[in-house]
Amino acid sequence: MVPRGSGGGGGGVGGGLLENANPLIYERSGERPVTAGEEDEQVPDSIDAQSPFLHLTHLIRSINDPEHPLTLEELNVVEQVRVQVSDPESTVAVAFTPTIPHCSMATLIGLSIKVKLLRSLPQRFKMDVHITPGTHASEHAVNKQLADKERVAAALENTHLLEVVNQCLSARS
Amino acid sequence: MAAAVGAAAPPGALWGLVQDFVMGQQEAPASQVAADVKSGSYTILQVVEALGSSLENPEPRTRARGIQLLSQVLLQCYSLLLEKEVVHLILFYENRLKDHHLVIPSVLQGLRALSMCGSLPPGLAVSVLKAIFQEVHVQSLLQVDRHTVYSIITNFMRSREEELKGLGADFTFGFIQVMDGEKDPRNLLVAFRIVHEIISRDYSLGPFVEELFEVTSCYFPIDFTPPPNDPYGVQREDLILSLRAVLASTPRFAEFLLPLLIEKVDSEILSAKLDSLQTLNACCAVYGQKELKDFLPSLWASIRREVFQTASERVEAEGLAALHSLTACLSRSVLRADAEDLLDSFLSNILQDCRHHLCEPDMKLVWPSAKLLQAAAGASARACDHITSNVLPLLLEQFHKHSQSSQRRTILEMLLGFLKLQQKWSYEDKDEGPLSGFKDQLCSVIFMALADPSTQLQLVGIRTLTVLGSQPDLLSSGDLELAVGHLHRLSFLEEDSQSCRVAALEASGALATLYPEAFSNHLLPRLAKELRRGDSDVTREGGPTKCSRHLYCLQALSAVSTHPSIVKETLPLLLQHLGQANKEYMTTASSEVIAICQSLQQIAEKCQQNPESCWYFHQTAVPYLLALAVQASMPEKEPSFLGKVLLEDEVLTTLASVIGTATTHLSPELAAQSVTHIVPLFLDGNTSFLPENSFPSRFQPFQDCSSGQRRLVALLMAFVCSLPRNVEIPQLNQLMQELLKISCQHSCSFSSTAAAKCFAGLLNKLPAGQQLDEFLQLAMDTVEAGLGSGAFCNQAFTLLLWVTKALVLRYHPLSSCLTTRLMGLLSDPELGPAAADGFSLLMSDCTDVLTRAGHADVRIMFRQRFFTDNVPALVQGFHAAPQGVKPNYLKGLSHVLNRLPKPVLLPELPTLLSLLLEALSCPDSVVQLSTLNCLQPLLLEAPQVMSLHVDTLVTKFLNLSSSPSMAVRIAALQCMHALTRLPTPVLLPYKPQVIRALAKPLDDKKRLVRKEAVSARGEWFLLGSPGS
Repeated sequence: MVPRGSGGGGGGVGGGLLENANPLIYERSGERPVTAGEEDEQVPDSIDAQSPFLHLTHLIRSINDPEHPLTLEELNVVEQVRVQVSDPESTVAVAFTPTIPHCSMATLIGLSIKVKLLRSLPQRFKMDVHITPGTHASEHAVNKQLADKERVAAALENTHLLEVVNQCLSARS
Repeated sequence: MAAAVGAAAPPGALWGLVQDFVMGQQEAPASQVAADVKSGSYTILQVVEALGSSLENPEPRTRARGIQLLSQVLLQCYSLLLEKEVVHLILFYENRLKDHHLVIPSVLQGLRALSMCGSLPPGLAVSVLKAIFQEVHVQSLLQVDRHTVYSIITNFMRSREEELKGLGADFTFGFIQVMDGEKDPRNLLVAFRIVHEIISRDYSLGPFVEELFEVTSCYFPIDFTPPPNDPYGVQREDLILSLRAVLASTPRFAEFLLPLLIEKVDSEILSAKLDSLQTLNACCAVYGQKELKDFLPSLWASIRREVFQTASERVEAEGLAALHSLTACLSRSVLRADAEDLLDSFLSNILQDCRHHLCEPDMKLVWPSAKLLQAAAGASARACDHITSNVLPLLLEQFHKHSQSSQRRTILEMLLGFLKLQQKWSYEDKDEGPLSGFKDQLCSVIFMALADPSTQLQLVGIRTLTVLGSQPDLLSSGDLELAVGHLHRLSFLEEDSQSCRVAALEASGALATLYPEAFSNHLLPRLAKELRRGDSDVTREGGPTKCSRHLYCLQALSAVSTHPSIVKETLPLLLQHLGQANKEYMTTASSEVIAICQSLQQIAEKCQQNPESCWYFHQTAVPYLLALAVQASMPEKEPSFLGKVLLEDEVLTTLASVIGTATTHLSPELAAQSVTHIVPLFLDGNTSFLPENSFPSRFQPFQDCSSGQRRLVALLMAFVCSLPRNVEIPQLNQLMQELLKISCQHSCSFSSTAAAKCFAGLLNKLPAGQQLDEFLQLAMDTVEAGLGSGAFCNQAFTLLLWVTKALVLRYHPLSSCLTTRLMGLLSDPELGPAAADGFSLLMSDCTDVLTRAGHADVRIMFRQRFFTDNVPALVQGFHAAPQGVKPNYLKGLSHVLNRLPKPVLLPELPTLLSLLLEALSCPDSVVQLSTLNCLQPLLLEAPQVMSLHVDTLVTKFLNLSSSPSMAVRIAALQCMHALTRLPTPVLLPYKPQVIRALAKPLDDKKRLVRKEAVSARGEWFLLGSPGS
C-alpha cells in the first residue's frame, strides 16, 4: 500500500485519439437459430449448404476489433458475401474490408481471422484470408504476409503479437 | 482501598508471579495475576506495589516488562477500576510516554485499557490524547502499536465526544499528524473510519481542511493487491469504499477533490477511471451547485470522452451514472433568487455536444450520445423536460429525413428511450404532460414503423406504442382504433416474423388492461369473425396458412384477455368454438382442440390474480369442459369425431391443466362450493350441475367397464389436487378407495397413473392422523399385492412411486420406508431401470399434481433431505449390487445429484466424485449425460477439488466427445470447455494433447457439436498464452 504510488497521469489510451473515432456501425446478426434438422442425430449438417457463412461468421464475426469495443461484424469488416466455403473441396476464402484505406491494423485483423480459422476449422481445410480488393492502401503487401505460412507461424511466436491476437479472440468482457 | 477484601492469596504469591513474568520472562503469570485481580484476591494497587522496583529499574527492557504486566492486567480488569485508581494510573502512563522507545508499546496497551474504562473522570481523555500527540511519533511505531493508538482514539471518540470537541481543531490536527504516512491496509481502514467520524460528527476542522484532505486523498485511487492467502482479511474493495466514504463525506473537500477526480478519470488505468467516476457519483449526494460550479465544463468533458471512446462497458456505465448524479445534484439545489441556474446551462452544453450525433444514425457515436442525454434526462423532471423538449422534435424530424429501415429503427429506438423516461415523472400538477404537443407526430411515426416491411423496425414500433399507450390520457380514441388495427394485422403475421407477432400479442395484452373498450370494440369482433370463418372454411381451404391463421387467432384471443370485461367476451367465444367443433365438423384434429385448450389455459393464468375473474372463469369453463368430456365418454355406436379426440391422452392432459389452473387460485369458500358438485359427479354420476346434462347413459367412471369414462379421472385429479388444503372433500373415504382400485387393477396406464397421482396428491394434503395412516396402510397393501401378482406390477410400481413422492415432499416419517422399498427394486431385473428413472421423478417438480401452486405440502429442503437420507444407501447398494444392475444405481444417483442445488452438493463432492467418475464409464448414455451435466457446474464452481482428478477427467471427457449420442458429445465438449476454469498450471501439461484431440470434433457431422468444439478448443488455445 503506497500513497499515491504509480497513479498514472493523463494521455495514453484515455486521452489519445483513435484513428477513426466515429466509424460506421452495422447491425449484429442474432444467434443462428437451431433448426429441427440440427437436433436430429441422424442428419449430418455440412459446413456449407445454404449457410456456410452463418457457420463461419459465428467463428469470426465475434472477433473484437483491436481499436474499438465492437466486433468485426459490427464494423462490417467481415460480411457474409465475402466468405466462401466449400465443404467437399475443403476450402475457405475470407475477404475482409478495413474501415479506412490506410488502417494500420489491417495485418493484425487478418492475422486474427486467420488464427481463429486455424483454431476452429478441421485440419483438412485450406484457408485463404485476404483484403477485399481495392479497399486498402497496401493491400498487396498485407495479403502476401497473410498467405505466407512461415511468416504467420513466426508472427505467432512473437509474444506481443500473440497477446494482441488472443485479446481479439477472447470472449467480450 | 479494597484491602478489606479477604486476602486469599498471600502477597508473597503475587510477588513470585511478578518476578516470574518480569525476570523469568514467562507469559503465563500475567493471566494468573489478571484472574486473581478479577476474583478480588488482590487489588491493582497491590499489583503496582509488587511491580514497584521493576517499574523503576534502570534497564529499559525490565521497565518495559513491568509495564507490560500491568497493562495486560488492566486490559482484563479495566471495568473494575475505581475513579481514583484511574486518575493515578493515567498520570503514571502519561508520564511513561516520555520513556525509552522500548517501553512505549506496553504504555500504549495500558492507555488502550484505560480508554475503555467507564469511570474515567472528565478531562483525562483530552489529556491522554494531548500527551500522545505531543510525545509519540506514531508513524515510527510498529503496525500493531500504531493500531493501538488508533484504537485509543476510536474509544475516546465513542465515549468522550463532547470533551474531544472541546479541543477544537487541535484534535483534528493531532490526528492528521498521527496518520500522516500510514501504509498498512489494516490501519488505514481504521484511520479512514476515524476521519469519517471526524467529519460526519462535526468535529472542528479549523484551518486544516486541506491538510485532512491531503492526508487521506493521497491514497486515491487505491492501489492495493492483497497478499496471497489474505493474512489480514482486508480486500481492495474495503479500502476503496472506506476511502470513498471519507472523500465524499463533505462539500468542504470539493475544491480539492474535483480536480483530483478529473485528473484520475483521464488516467490510463481502468480501475482508477472507475473509482474516480464512482467517487464523483457519491459526492453528488452531498454537493450543491456551489461546489460543482467551477468544475462543470471539465467534468462534462471527461465524462463525455469516456463514454464516447471507452472500450469498457463498465466505464461507460459508471460515466453515465456519474452524469445522472451530477444532473440530479444540480436539479436539487435550492437557488437564491438572483443566482443563475446552472442546470440549464449544463444541459445546454450536453445537448450541444450530443445533438448532432443523433442525426447520424449509422455512426458509432449515435448511441453513446443518446445514452448520455438519457442519463441526464433521467435525473429529474426538470432535466427531462429540458432535454425531451429539445430532442423529441429533432428525432421526429430525423425519422422523416432518413428513409432506410435500419436508420429509422435506430432513431425510433432512441425516441423510445426518451419516452420511457417520461414514465418516471408524474405530471399531476400540470394539465398536460410534455408529450401532448407531440402526440400526433409520435403516433404517425409509430404507425409508419408498424407498417414498415422491416421486422426490426416493427418491433421497436410495437414497444414504442406500448410505452406511449401507458401515458395517461394521451391517446385519443381515434389513435387507439388505428393502433388496434395495426396490432390485429401484426398478430397474424406469418411464421418468419414470429418475434413480431409475439411482441404484438404482448402489446395487445398490456394495452388491453388500460383500454379494454377499444379492444372490445375494435379487436374482438374481428377475432370472432376470424374464428367463425375458420370453422366453416377449414375443410374446404385447408392448407397450412389457414391452420396457422386459426392458431394465431386463438393466441390473440388469449393474449388480449387481460381485463375482466374482456374475459367475459373471450371465454364464451372460445368455449362455444370448442363445443361447435363437436357438432358441425368432423375434421377437427386433436392439435386444434389442444390449441383451443392452451388458449383457455393462458386465459385461466391471466385470471388468477383477480378473484372475480378467477371465479367467473372457474364457474363458466369447468362445468362446460366436464360436460363435453362426459358426453365424449358415453358409449356410443358411432362416436363423434370430437368425442374420440377429447379422450386422447394429450388432449385430456391439456384439459386437465386448464381445470387445474382454473382451480388453484380459488378462495376456499368458492372452492368448497365447487367440490360439492364435482366429487359427486364422479362418485355418484350426479350430472345435474353440468350445463347440458341429458346423456344417453349413466356416468360411472369408477364402476363402468368402458375405459373411456375411467380416463376422465385425470380431470378429477386436476381439480381435487389443486384445491386449497383446508377445503373438505366429501366422501373422501370412498374416493380414496376407488382411486386405489383403478390405480392397480386396469391395464390402461393413462387412467391408472392418473388415479395413482390423484391418490398421492390427496394423501400429501391430509393432516397427520389415523385417517392418513389407514390410507397409507391400504396403499401399501395394494402395492405389495400388485408387485407380487405380476400382471399389474408396473401399475403397482407407479403407485408406489407417487405415494413415495407425496410423503417425501412433506417429510412424512414413513417416507424412508417407501424409499427403501423403491431402492430395493433397483436390483429387480424387470423394474430396475424404471426404479432408476423413478428417482428423477422423486427429485423433480411436477407440473400437475403435488405442486406448491396447487397447495401441496412441499417442504423447501426436501431435495437436500432426500440426498442426506438416501445417498449413502445408494452408494452402498451400488457397491453391493451384481454387475448387471449397477447402472441402475448410478442412474438413480445421478438423477438425485443432478437435481440437487449446487451449494449443497459441493461439500459432499470429494466422497462422491470417484463414483461420478465411474459413472462416466457407464455405457448407458442417460447416465453419461446426467453425470456430465452434474460435473459441468462443479468444474466451474469447485475447480480446486476437481483439479485433483484432471487426468481422469480429460481422458473420459475426450472419450465421450466421440459418443454416438449427440447430446453426450455436446455435454462432453461443454465439460472440456469448463475444464479450462481449473488452475492453468494443472492444465498446461494436457494442452497439446487436448488441442490435438479436439481437432476431431471440429469436423463432427452435427453443427451443434462443432460449435461446442470450437469454443472449447478456442479456450484451450488461450490457456497460458499471453493476452488471455
